[in-house]
Amino acid sequence: MEKALAELGHMDEMAVMDSPVHHLNAGAKLLATVIYIIVVMSFDKYSLSGLVPMLLWPVFMYQMSGIHVSTCFYKLRIVLPLVMAVGLFNPIFDREIMFTIGGVGVSGGVISMITLMLKGVLCLMASFLLVATTPFDSICAALQRVHMPKMLVTLLLLTYRYVGVMTEELAVMTDAYHLRAPGQKGIQFSAWGSFLGQVLLRSMDRAQELYSSMLLRGYHQHFHYAPIKKFGSEDAIYLALSIAFFAAVKMINFGELLGSMFMR
Amino acid sequence: MIEFEHVSFEYEKGKAVIDDMSFSIDKGESVGLIGANGAGKSTIMKLLLGLATGSGRISIDGTDVNSENLSKIRKKMGFVLQNSDNQMFMPTVYEDMMFAPLNYMVSREDAEKRVDAILKSLDLEELKYKYNHKISGGEKRMAAIATILAMEPEIILMDEPTSALDPYNRRIVINTIKGLEQTKIITSHDLDMILDTCERVILISKGKVIADGPADKILSDKELLEKHRMELPLGKQ
Repeated sequence: MEKALAELGHMDEMAVMDSPVHHLNAGAKLLATVIYIIVVMSFDKYSLSGLVPMLLWPVFMYQMSGIHVSTCFYKLRIVLPLVMAVGLFNPIFDREIMFTIGGVGVSGGVISMITLMLKGVLCLMASFLLVATTPFDSICAALQRVHMPKMLVTLLLLTYRYVGVMTEELAVMTDAYHLRAPGQKGIQFSAWGSFLGQVLLRSMDRAQELYSSMLLRGYHQHFHYAPIKKFGSEDAIYLALSIAFFAAVKMINFGELLGSMFMR
Repeated sequence: MIEFEHVSFEYEKGKAVIDDMSFSIDKGESVGLIGANGAGKSTIMKLLLGLATGSGRISIDGTDVNSENLSKIRKKMGFVLQNSDNQMFMPTVYEDMMFAPLNYMVSREDAEKRVDAILKSLDLEELKYKYNHKISGGEKRMAAIATILAMEPEIILMDEPTSALDPYNRRIVINTIKGLEQTKIITSHDLDMILDTCERVILISKGKVIADGPADKILSDKELLEKHRMELPLGKQ
């Protein structure tokens, strides 16, 4: 739990690192990420060769931001298996052989499964890149600037903060449990109900106190986000290049093109 | 001036936590609210801040504490919570300090100047851009006081400001409190700190004011303190 808390804190620290990607306008990064996700999701379920080049954009951006790609996979290690599980049953339902490799037939189900997995991984990579290179407040400020309902943005920000509060309470309770249950691995199944109930009650108490503290300091359903960096020429270039790349990958199947060159 | 006139409050019907309580606090006074656990100290704070509503009349500078006047009242008061973790919810000390001034429509430029001046006066400049989750308990308590001072309140309420602090940090907090010119209401079980920072003490028990007078006099009355589950401060033993 302590580790989880430290990781949460580390996210905030990563977001204020010094790199060309960190210096980009939050709105531009948000827009590029959204477009990237839309383009990735728009690929056909059998279009694996077309989708693969989309990997280049996050990999390049990670390099530019000074954040190692492995950091993304490490931080998202809990979510990744769930994403990977998407399409796991496709090979069972879709058995039509699409092509053969060395005499082994590859079914449409396998292709669509890998495509779906790759789509999930790419979307996660892009989302993580945005969060890791932009302070959460700036993302919220950018969301508000694109006229996302204020209530939703505030909810998003408070949820982000609430995760920390809940994790802290969970850490305290887990420590207290283990100190009175020496040698026990994890929390006994019979204690799960009361344990989770207590975590919820305690974190709600704390959240209530936090909210009171906000009210007492003049909060009235409106966050005053720090001004985000103005949209400049470098942001326009970044956005234009990114969109051009997405469009090119979407329109030209580079995988197939490359394959046909070798096949000749 | 803060006035409590025949105020009563109960969480459960028939179980009064505050029972027909009356007292007043003048501008610039430093008052210690003392009493055993469950005496009603925290409830008094909540009532003053409009976080709870009871019967009777509570007013600040002639303005009643009620739902209509809440923002006006709260602008005048800064509340330092017992648990600083519950007070500091922004990522950095700087952002936390900016929170209240921006909510009260102070321009970002003026708010920054205010934050810098307060950090300098409290000798906390090195904390400015530090992450709240990375500073020590003592630093966090000082930062919590700084966030409240950034509001420029006329009245400061403090709930156990020295709890869970080591002697060194406790002394820093006490010296800081002593240097504040605002009206102060401090609840604490740390009677030595109360003796050090408050000229007046109100002793509460079972929701009633038992004694109200000079800190030195009340905190020297062994019989009175022991009767209400407290002890003489070490400085008086």
